[in-house]
Amino acid sequence: MTDMTSSVQSAYVRPAQARRDIGIKRRYAAERRFRAYGVAAILTGLFFLFLLLWTVVSNGYTAFQQTAITLPIEFSEKIIDPKNERADNPAKLMTANYPLLVRDALVKALAIDPSNRALVKQATDMVSASARTQLRDIVIANPAVIGTTVDVALLAEGNIDSANKGQIDLKVAEANRKVKDQQLAWMKTLTETGAMAKQFNTGLFTYGASSRPEAAGIGVAALGSLYMMLIVLALALPIGVCASIYLEEFAPKNRLTDLIEVNINNLAAVPSIVYGLLGLSVFINFAGMPRSAALVGGLVLTLMTLPTIIIATRAALKAVPPSIRSAALGLGASKMQTIFHHVLPLAMPGVLTGTIIGLAHALGETAPLLLIGMVAFVVDFPGSPMEPSTALPVQIYMWANEAERAFVERTSGAIMVLLIFLVVMNLGAILLRRRFERRW
Amino acid sequence: MSTSIILLIILIVGLAAYFSGRARAMASSNGKLSALHSLPGYHGVYVAIWSVLPAAVVLAVWLIASPFFVESALRASLPQEVTSQGAATTELTLGQVMSVANGLKLLNTDELAAVTNGSVNLRDALGAKGVPLAGDGELYMVKAAQDYNTMKENSRWAMSAVVLVIAIAGAVFALRGISAPFRARNRVERVMLGALLVASSIAILTTVGIIGSMLSEALRFFNSVSPSTFFFGTVWDPRFSAAGSGGTEGQFGLLPLLAGTLYIAFVAMLFAVPVGLFAAIYMSEYAKPVVRGIAKPLLEILAGIPTIVYGFFALITVGPFLRDISAQLNGLVTGNYVNFIQAQSVLTAGIVMGIMLIPFVSSLSDDIITQVPRSLRDGSLGLGATRSETIKKVVLPAALPGIVGALLLTASRAVGETMIVVLAAGVAARMQLNPFEAMTTVTVKIVNQLTGDLEFNSPQTLVAFALGITLFAITLCLNIYALYIVRKYREQYE
Amino acid sequence: MNMMSEAAVEKALDQKMNTAPYKMTGKDVSVYYGEKRALFDVNLNVRENTVTALIGPSGCGKSTFLRCLNRMNDTIDSCRVTGKIVLDEGDIYDPSIDVVELRARVGMVFQKPNPFPKSIYENVTYGPKIHGLARTKAEFDQIVEHSLQKAGLWNEVKDRLHESGTGLSGGQQQRLCIARAVAVSPEVILMDEPCSALDPIATAKVEELIHELRANYTIVIVTHSMQQAARVSQRTAMFHLGNLVEENDTDKMFTNPDDQRTQDYIMGRFG
Repeated sequence: MTDMTSSVQSAYVRPAQARRDIGIKRRYAAERRFRAYGVAAILTGLFFLFLLLWTVVSNGYTAFQQTAITLPIEFSEKIIDPKNERADNPAKLMTANYPLLVRDALVKALAIDPSNRALVKQATDMVSASARTQLRDIVIANPAVIGTTVDVALLAEGNIDSANKGQIDLKVAEANRKVKDQQLAWMKTLTETGAMAKQFNTGLFTYGASSRPEAAGIGVAALGSLYMMLIVLALALPIGVCASIYLEEFAPKNRLTDLIEVNINNLAAVPSIVYGLLGLSVFINFAGMPRSAALVGGLVLTLMTLPTIIIATRAALKAVPPSIRSAALGLGASKMQTIFHHVLPLAMPGVLTGTIIGLAHALGETAPLLLIGMVAFVVDFPGSPMEPSTALPVQIYMWANEAERAFVERTSGAIMVLLIFLVVMNLGAILLRRRFERRW
Repeated sequence: MSTSIILLIILIVGLAAYFSGRARAMASSNGKLSALHSLPGYHGVYVAIWSVLPAAVVLAVWLIASPFFVESALRASLPQEVTSQGAATTELTLGQVMSVANGLKLLNTDELAAVTNGSVNLRDALGAKGVPLAGDGELYMVKAAQDYNTMKENSRWAMSAVVLVIAIAGAVFALRGISAPFRARNRVERVMLGALLVASSIAILTTVGIIGSMLSEALRFFNSVSPSTFFFGTVWDPRFSAAGSGGTEGQFGLLPLLAGTLYIAFVAMLFAVPVGLFAAIYMSEYAKPVVRGIAKPLLEILAGIPTIVYGFFALITVGPFLRDISAQLNGLVTGNYVNFIQAQSVLTAGIVMGIMLIPFVSSLSDDIITQVPRSLRDGSLGLGATRSETIKKVVLPAALPGIVGALLLTASRAVGETMIVVLAAGVAARMQLNPFEAMTTVTVKIVNQLTGDLEFNSPQTLVAFALGITLFAITLCLNIYALYIVRKYREQYE
Repeated sequence: MNMMSEAAVEKALDQKMNTAPYKMTGKDVSVYYGEKRALFDVNLNVRENTVTALIGPSGCGKSTFLRCLNRMNDTIDSCRVTGKIVLDEGDIYDPSIDVVELRARVGMVFQKPNPFPKSIYENVTYGPKIHGLARTKAEFDQIVEHSLQKAGLWNEVKDRLHESGTGLSGGQQQRLCIARAVAVSPEVILMDEPCSALDPIATAKVEELIHELRANYTIVIVTHSMQQAARVSQRTAMFHLGNLVEENDTDKMFTNPDDQRTQDYIMGRFG
């Protein structure tokens, strides 16, 4: 009995209560360090994000303004059509000496001695060479203007524009500077008289390629991108959805479908430039499609976007619960009817989200387009996807290779436009997901 | 008739077939729809398929095949003295005849007569119409070109007729089969299934196309440059390919490009992996939902920014910054303000590419880490481990295979990245270890060799395909291995 | 004394138990998940070297209360605990109390066996390693053997200590998790339905083990099986809809409960 009691007693003895040293301080220091690394990593990522955006915006926001010089242009008949032949030969108007009109207007506005060649040259250099076509277009559109004087807002030359925006370092010695002191003085007078002013740069959105920054725009490139996006949408969405439906709903589970599965996942990770090589070799060399055409670009981007859409669609189809399928099948619907009447509509938000994200990706893609000849100097709007065109990111690439300050500004401006498109598309995808997302 | 008009006609026939099929089904139901096996719409679609599908297939085949037949007929009609001069001359003449044929269409009858009887120089006549001719045309060419045009014309008419007949015959055939018990839906669904199958085979075809096209072009390259000098060559100096100057032999050594590619990818990973991994860990294990809800999408913006923008960022900001800071550092240490980092360098490209990769690493690892079951974390925390101990000793080891897979996928992206290196890495192909100097990559050289005016058959351009297939092979291995690991990992915790 | 049947010893033990000092005391413990209140002012005492069983229909808050005892609820973001829980005179929710230290003293075994995907040896040494309880290989070996023996697993695994813990059977895994908890030498061991994922034979082994552990540890066990509660515990607390309905000696609880709801539950009228 005593034994028993003692065993009972011993069971009662509390475990040693002496506080063990389990290194709390040291361990919490390690904990804090570890946490700090995490915070630092996220801050690093965010820092670079903001640095990148800041680089683009700080360089680019000025691109949306353009300096214009408004001059009273005298459309003198003596200069435009000295022999009065425009009635017989309208082509004469095409080749008239329009720059002379600009020169005369400048000489008058700045009160320069017309015989001082050097000075006059400096003055005319301030106006973009695109003034010629600008005046020509005015005259051809309305020949009645000849003989009158009209105020015309001419684009300032790129460097003058940069100087007007304060982007040229005036401390540099005049000889090494693109803008001379005399021109700066004129700029001052012109600004004071109100002749020189910054206006919204509509040209950025409507012009095509140009070697003169002030006359270069993304309009043509944007149209090319639009063509390609339409082609991608028209091809990749139906093909992607059909392929996903087959793979998810019909394909027998065997080695072949396994292979297709691996294959699609791999295609999603193949470098985009490889698609460019594919396009060059198959569509252009083999099928004989035209180089630089938006059609080829669209096809290449379609192939590139397909895996993304297929993966997203399959995930969306998978998320539709089997009960929906059973319900429809139980009512006597065929498998095809079940899928097209019930499963696919329910999966549609997911499909569209994936498609928009794929499209956004395709919109920003550059590398494959370089290989199929879309690095082209395209001045005119392409009338159809078969005509030479370029794309927004390719235009950015070409401008990025230009040295002039005014091009840096335009590159950044174009990037801002591109990013705005991407943000809108992605926001659309997010909203779509939020709005229609269903939790089963 | 142009192809688009033929297509339009087929579609109209198809539409008519649809409605007549529908109507016939309705009629055979005697007003009781339930008497039909399939809804009238299915009957309509069935008839439309019969009329459109065979016709469209024939049209496509004809369009693809007829140029070959016409061209071989043209080839056979060329005079003996041309064909005997070898394949190159034949091809040249063939091309000339075809441009003559195009030009002849622009001439009016008088001019045509003048050209045919030889009274006017062919080259001048066509030149006036804006069709340039490589050499002085010869009389037989005019004849051959006219034959060629006639053949093409005839083929086109025959095609239009055949296609139209097939479309109508198909519709009639299908219409006759329609009756109330006819299982139109099953037929239509079988065709739909076929269409789905075709769509999903495009994925396979793309891979086949990539491998096939690149391999065949690469083989042409290896005809003129031996594979061993390509794969083991240490000098990259392709020279320029001027048309006709076949004598200049360039050197096509892959190794300097591969070295640059791997070096830059390595620097990028060195930067992106710790940042991305720690960001993922913080986001999945520490961050409050609010912080996570803000920081995660913000970081993912980085993944959505086109790479050309990163290239511009490297060119405008990072490159000049590194160059200037290195000059300052050098000046402080040695008094000599000369930069030791080039604006275009391995470091510039590596860092910028690293920034681009941060969101890849972080979101892939985030997915992987959150898949580690909560019970493991609870087990560790329940024993009194701190969070960081739990992460380091339990979560990360458990997630390791998945993370390795994710990193391999990221590495594959780094190797295949183009626009950043095009703008930030430079074009100098050299083998060296200094990260402050410019090196170049496989992708940069593919772009360089294939942009601008090019003569397609020279090794200088074909080498791009050899580079491409090398790149594809590398990324394929990385991807497949990575996907395999990640898949195994997912299965483990499902 | 040989005559003393085991049952008699147990009985003697049990009677003493009921007067054993309190190891942990919960006072007005309430738990909120976001807006939703999961526990309403629970007052519950856990006696030293006793097995206390928490029973009740599912969703009654018994697991929630258990997880409060070593602050595992801290790992759930939306969870908020009010009231006071005292361990040996110290409020465990006091800001000065360290969670890590607390959990080293109050160990936990979970519903589903959750061995780390590491070797059996590493599973057991994990706790001692992070807390620095041992330095040399010999010390670790000793801890491993001791803990595995306590968990009744030693004989089954002593030849394969370096094989993965996930390769064991479900029952063995759960006993490994108990060994893992024991290796830290906690004062209290919390068990959250430790047998719910096990087959009857494995369950019997674990129950036997709980019996033995009681000599050295204070044990709180959540179970949905009333038979199990009757078999392993000396004290039982019944939860219903987030309220503590009744706390009593197990014997009394199952024969003559004070509260009608307990009676109904034990009779199987709801659950």
